[in-house]
Amino acid sequence: MPPVQPEPGQERVLRPLHTGRPALRRRVWEALFVGASGLSAFVVLVPLALIVWHLLARGLPALTLGFFVHLPKPVGEPGGGMANAIVGTFILVAIATAIAVPVGVGAGVWLAEFGRGRLAAAVRYTADVMSGVPSIVVGVAAYGLVVVPMGRFSALAGGVALALLMLPTIIRSTEEVVRLVPRSYREAALALGAPRWRATQDVVIPAASAGIVTACLLALARASGETAPLLFTALGNRFWSLRVDQPIASLPVFIYDYARAPYDDWNRQAWTGALVLLLLVTLLSALVRITTRRGPRL
Amino acid sequence: MSDALTRPALIAGAPRRRRGARWADAAYRRALGALALLVFVVVALIVYETARGAAPSIRAFGWRFLVGTEWDPVADRYGALPYVFGTVVSSALAMLLALPLGLGTAIYLAELAPHRVDQVISFVVELLASIPSIVYGIWGLFVLAPFLRTFVEPWLIQHLGFLPLFQGFPFGIGMLNAGLVLAIMVVPTIASLSREILLATPPSLREAALALGATRAEAISVTVDAARPGILGAVILALGRAVGETMAVTMVIGNTNRISASLLAPGSTMASVIANEFTEATGALYLSALVEVALVLFVLTLVMNALARLLVLWATGGRSDAAGAA
Repeated sequence: MPPVQPEPGQERVLRPLHTGRPALRRRVWEALFVGASGLSAFVVLVPLALIVWHLLARGLPALTLGFFVHLPKPVGEPGGGMANAIVGTFILVAIATAIAVPVGVGAGVWLAEFGRGRLAAAVRYTADVMSGVPSIVVGVAAYGLVVVPMGRFSALAGGVALALLMLPTIIRSTEEVVRLVPRSYREAALALGAPRWRATQDVVIPAASAGIVTACLLALARASGETAPLLFTALGNRFWSLRVDQPIASLPVFIYDYARAPYDDWNRQAWTGALVLLLLVTLLSALVRITTRRGPRL
Repeated sequence: MSDALTRPALIAGAPRRRRGARWADAAYRRALGALALLVFVVVALIVYETARGAAPSIRAFGWRFLVGTEWDPVADRYGALPYVFGTVVSSALAMLLALPLGLGTAIYLAELAPHRVDQVISFVVELLASIPSIVYGIWGLFVLAPFLRTFVEPWLIQHLGFLPLFQGFPFGIGMLNAGLVLAIMVVPTIASLSREILLATPPSLREAALALGATRAEAISVTVDAARPGILGAVILALGRAVGETMAVTMVIGNTNRISASLLAPGSTMASVIANEFTEATGALYLSALVEVALVLFVLTLVMNALARLLVLWATGGRSDAAGAA
């Protein structure tokens, strides 16, 4: 979510109004306090800089075209890439999107347009609480719901697990952007004789469509970096597979396997994979944040 | 929407709506409502599925599951205490480090920083929150672990080795590493939520304090006092995230099921043991024991989140999107 912005003219920067100088002890405390909070804001940024630096330093050398178009090679053979894992991640996210977007957008629109009373509050609260369920638990649930009945690990099971994780984000962000559609749009549609459902379906939703797409992209960006729920649903696959009912490779699981392997070459590729994943995820979410910040938020 | 909008036929001169339109309205509303109710179904399914999977283990071990220290797939005896211990210690360590940093950042951004600086740092903090946990994991394993092994842990052993917390061998991976990585991961949650909560407090509080001649630090402590319930909510949310975090912890904690007083020793958390052993669990009871670990983790995070959301909602008067954002 974009951070709360102070209203213009309502700046929160503090300026003491008094003119006399406070006692030395208070001035020292003041300096320490202000210094410590400024310092912590700086310290928080350090890990990000370090992580990005190490990803670039260790991931860039192996980042070649071959990384994107080749299959993984057996241990000991140099080269090879993660083409199947990259494609696998796209397939998994596509399945998850196909499941989560219709449900999530529908629920979000309902909350924004018709959601009053206790039931809506309960839906909102449940969605919020659900977003805090650990992803590994969602993986265990998806294992019981899809893998056990099907009798094997599959891309479908991975997609279902990711969909469960995307759902709360899509619901709450959709609600938020639909609420931003000016009331006059609805009034105009109703005044023209449109029934309530057409006003929502043909006026309000199209007006909010850019925001809804943004909401879905945000959820998608988060889901595409998830590893834990895929470990025992989509499993992983060293070969090409586009089949929904078979285990499928994914970038995060691939990085995990390669990082834990005792081979230097695999570890190098894990770094490159992590760099690609980070670029994918942060570019998506940075894009989302920039587009929602600039211009009208509809 | 007010009632006048949902019943436009009441507006003078408006044509009466056909019965078909009214029927379509109800159908549309119900269809969307049904999608919203699916949220309950989904949560119920997760509860049902984990409870059903855990049932054999619950029957076999009962409460002893939570206090037993033995985790023996060969003898088919399972006790999850080492994992509960690992989760508690790594999360506590993370919160200990993240709380002052996150809160300090929030105070700086909400109260002290110029608007531009606030915008830029807030943006970066949110980016930090969007980094996948596997990326933190690989960094913790290949960068932080060697650094701890060669510089930090030998120093701790030499100078603070008289404490049981810092005894043992510098492995690099272990509780300390897990706590540090978790702290880095939850600081953005604490910082951005607390910032929003501080911004939601009435400005009159600090204006009054300043008018009485308080320094900025004193005025801010008044604000922070008022924001305390909301900040507590943010902290519990972050704690829930630390407790449930899987991949990064699995990669840096060392994965043994021993309980050790030393922060330098390797261990395991509830989430990491599931990630490590689930696909290799061969026996039915073994699998069930792992599902029960997931159930315990689920219930724990559910309770914490339910509490935290209530606190955040209450603190922001239900206006802020903060509750939904994180």
